[in-house]
Amino acid sequence: MTQAKLSASEYSDAERERMRQGRKRAANREKREQTLVAYLFILPDLLGLLIFLVLPMLMAFAISFSDWRLTGVPEFVGMRNYEVIFKDPKFGASLGRSVLYTIGFVPAVYCLSLGMAVLLTRKARANFFFRTLYFMPIAMSLVVAGVMWRFMFDPGNGLINGLLSGVGLPTFQWLGSVQSAMVSVLIVSVWKSAGYFMIILLAGIQDIPRDYIEAAEIDGATRLQTFRHIILPLLKPTSFFVIVILTINALQAFDQIYVMTNGGPAQATYTLLMYIYEKAFREWNFGYSGAMSVFLFIIILMLTLVQVRFFRSADEKS
Amino acid sequence: MRKSVSHYAGAWVYYTIAIGLAAVFAGPFLWMLSSSLKPPNEIFASPPTLLSSNFSFDNYVEVFRQAPFARYMLNSFIVAITVTVVALFLHSLAGYALARLEFPGKRLVFILILATLMVPFYTILIPLAMLVRDLGWINTYWALIIPAIPHAFGIFWLRQFFLGIPGELEEAARIDGASRMGVFFFVALPLAKPVLASLSVFFFLANWDAFLWPLVAANAPEMRVVQLGIQSFTGEHGNAWHLIMAASVVSIIPTLILFFGLQRYIVESVKMTGLKG
Repeated sequence: MTQAKLSASEYSDAERERMRQGRKRAANREKREQTLVAYLFILPDLLGLLIFLVLPMLMAFAISFSDWRLTGVPEFVGMRNYEVIFKDPKFGASLGRSVLYTIGFVPAVYCLSLGMAVLLTRKARANFFFRTLYFMPIAMSLVVAGVMWRFMFDPGNGLINGLLSGVGLPTFQWLGSVQSAMVSVLIVSVWKSAGYFMIILLAGIQDIPRDYIEAAEIDGATRLQTFRHIILPLLKPTSFFVIVILTINALQAFDQIYVMTNGGPAQATYTLLMYIYEKAFREWNFGYSGAMSVFLFIIILMLTLVQVRFFRSADEKS
Repeated sequence: MRKSVSHYAGAWVYYTIAIGLAAVFAGPFLWMLSSSLKPPNEIFASPPTLLSSNFSFDNYVEVFRQAPFARYMLNSFIVAITVTVVALFLHSLAGYALARLEFPGKRLVFILILATLMVPFYTILIPLAMLVRDLGWINTYWALIIPAIPHAFGIFWLRQFFLGIPGELEEAARIDGASRMGVFFFVALPLAKPVLASLSVFFFLANWDAFLWPLVAANAPEMRVVQLGIQSFTGEHGNAWHLIMAASVVSIIPTLILFFGLQRYIVESVKMTGLKG
């Protein structure tokens, strides 16, 4: 009451209104300037994402509903590509191989990288040295890794068969036989990825408060018990992340398969992505290839959601 | 006394496993180098030898003589460095705006950027190839560089970083009369150096290793990047392994230098990808 009176005695109503307007204009100007600068900052990247990611994604859906060959004009065919997919035995077989590859890849990388991470949590001066060596494959591209291992897997006198026969063990055809080709490709993929995920899991383990682990040790827990009942449960968020990423990576594996086997022998490593690539860039059948890639996209999306669900419900139970 | 026995037993187990794994992970690098120095007739010598008595650098000379391998390396350098520099600059701008500026539509833009993380590359491969063809970019640097720049993860990481810097620094600069641009370039960007270092190693490695997109977009002999170039020594009449190994060694020299020189930053970038899940 007194304050209102005080200000009323100092300024007239017209003056107060003018000042209010002035402040508002300044604020508006500042707001406009900020918006302008913000859009100026964001625009180049936003345009890039819209043109080279969002637009192609929309086009991918459109292409999957069309019949489109290299020379022809795209023709809308509705769901026909999708109907053909489910009758195509080659599609089912290649999807099966992708699933097989994933089932082999995900647990192998997860267990190996977790094992290495645990190994490196031991207090030892050599940890840094070993971590560096395990992590080294990150400096080699999948192409070079694939070529390198194909050389070492040579069934004649490659390094691996040479070492095996040197110590009196049986040798294998590796990439050369239908039985062992998939396993051989998996060995290379696991070799390339393990160090990367070891770093992520190691960071997860190091984030666990030391007190928990020390308390367990004081209570007389063995190393194995500490691992099972303290480290593993507390590592669940990291494990979840790693397993999702591994699954998505596995379904998208391409480079190493392309350079090592090109899908062979006798299609033993012919995964869905190999089929998608061949349909598009060797047979130039964009519509059909597009439908398969959209199908794979939906599988990956669903897998991610299922895994989120699974881990969340497991979390609630514990 | 008993404790020290078990302690030594533990150390023995640790070193046996650790050295075994080291042989598996680092061994192929050594074998690659060793094979690249062997004459062709000793590549598959039995039993395997690590160092040939006839060791020479002839294979390396041959690699550069038989294929435009210097050109492949140059192409890879041009692409990987350009993408890294331009992408980091643009992502810094976008990440800063999303973190520190208020503007209408901010939430929508951020959600849109995050949504593009869900787009798998193979799904957009065909439309992207057509887009690049229609732009007339096939077999040009444009095709290799421009589509590689937009990257939601990069924007996201930088946004997260800029969210964490104290507002007082910016306010002080503003009061001293700096423009918003000035605040970004002279206050915020210098603070981001460590993150930018990690991201730049990450971007360089990813682009140096790229294979599928260059295979589709630029496979003309003079436009090949090094990952495609290595393939030129594989033939229908068998593989010239001695040359492939020498070419492979050359192709990983830049990444190995980065790996050993900036390992700290690589580890940080891997952790960043791991933590933001």
